[in-house]
Amino acid sequence: MNSPDTILAPKRITAKNMTEKEFFYGHKACAGCGGSVAVRLALKVTGERTLAAFPAGCMAAVGFIYPQMAFQNNAIITTFPGVASMASGISVGAKALGLKDYKTVAFAGDGGTADIGLQALSGMIDRGDDLMYICYDNEAYMNTGIQKSGLTPYGTQTTTTPAGKNLPGTKTHKKNLFEIIAAHDIAYAATASIGYPQDYINKVNKAKQIKGPSFIHVYASCPTGWGTPTNTTIEIAKEVVDTGLFFLAEYENGEFKLNKNPKEFKSIKNHLSKQGRFKHLTDNDYDIITKQRDMKWERMRKFWTLP
Amino acid sequence: MNRPVKQEYNRPTHIKDFPVGPQFDAGHLADENAGWRTFKPVVDAEKCINCLICYLVCPDGTIIKGENHVSVAYDYCKGCGVCANECPKDAISMVKEER
Ligand SMILES: Cc1ncc(C[n+]2csc(CCOP(=O)(O)OP(=O)(O)O)c2C)c(N)n1
Ligand code: SF4
Repeated sequence: MNSPDTILAPKRITAKNMTEKEFFYGHKACAGCGGSVAVRLALKVTGERTLAAFPAGCMAAVGFIYPQMAFQNNAIITTFPGVASMASGISVGAKALGLKDYKTVAFAGDGGTADIGLQALSGMIDRGDDLMYICYDNEAYMNTGIQKSGLTPYGTQTTTTPAGKNLPGTKTHKKNLFEIIAAHDIAYAATASIGYPQDYINKVNKAKQIKGPSFIHVYASCPTGWGTPTNTTIEIAKEVVDTGLFFLAEYENGEFKLNKNPKEFKSIKNHLSKQGRFKHLTDNDYDIITKQRDMKWERMRKFWTLP
Repeated sequence: MNRPVKQEYNRPTHIKDFPVGPQFDAGHLADENAGWRTFKPVVDAEKCINCLICYLVCPDGTIIKGENHVSVAYDYCKGCGVCANECPKDAISMVKEER
């Protein structure tokens, strides 16, 4: 494993200088799927010699529809809880075979990461296995029809947390996944959003240089599960950062660093009311969401390095 | 080649026609996605400044880089409209498909 201070500052990746090859092409994700933006961009950074693993979830379901194989690189489906362990095995196996110039990447949804796959992920980081783990967070179990996960935010209507007279939809707040991962003292962890693609691809590029485990939590909208128009996928993922409901940060050298510290937040109500899953929210719900956001930012601004 | 292309798919008739694993080789495309579309993105070459924002954010990788402006790989574009929505110059418009 590298000691954290040996992480090289790699050359900045842009749309202009990135490879023109597509590695996730012809897949059957819904039109406007944010998860597929996250996977496509990451693969364009990690390149042809990526050994990718996907647990059960949308990206596995849409990428491997026999006889269609949408991945241009090496890719495999794993058990739902086991993507981190299978990817660890792939990484160790590639080393044993003496392969050179490859990167192992595990991609999983929020359910596959923050709930059922958390134990395997923790073990992967603990062992110091050499691979990158990317969690594309669409804030529910989408592939099985929108069930609440540990990363579903307060007030979200899902099929297991319906909104009505007695319930505001989801009653719990998002798990602090990024901090949970950082608590393992991992060499590199980051949060990102497909709404800030430039920031995201450069975080992937940074994680690619790490010899050892690295982790990226990327916010990825889902028009089907969120009740949003297919063309607003990127707009919503940008806005969520601007409202402070999601944040861009890195954990490196044992330190938390905020990458973006908005002077003023955009309106939460304006942002959430555009999404079908939040249509039912009351003013009281907005107060709860705003309070939770402000508490989180107070803590981050107090203890984390600011940009 | 930057993108895989659709190949003729023949139903296996013998055990040797099946792939060794549960999948065909990387990039084996047997089907297009164009049929999903009701609107298609049309690029105005005059307005496009080649900033490549649409190229970055296309969920399907169907924006093709060009010398002076982008173009669209229509076989696999699903017509989501993300490119048109993100274009800072309004150089992409969504036009109803006539079929
Ligand atoms: C052990 C096990 N339990 C349940 C399932 C059914 N299942 C398949 S995909 C999925 C949801 C995946 O949700 P998430 O990880 O959030 O990814 P997304 O579908 O949102 O991309 C579930 C519950 C399974 N395949 N294996
Ligand atoms: S349900 Fe959501 S995450 Fe799954 S393929 Fe459709 S848009 Fe993507």
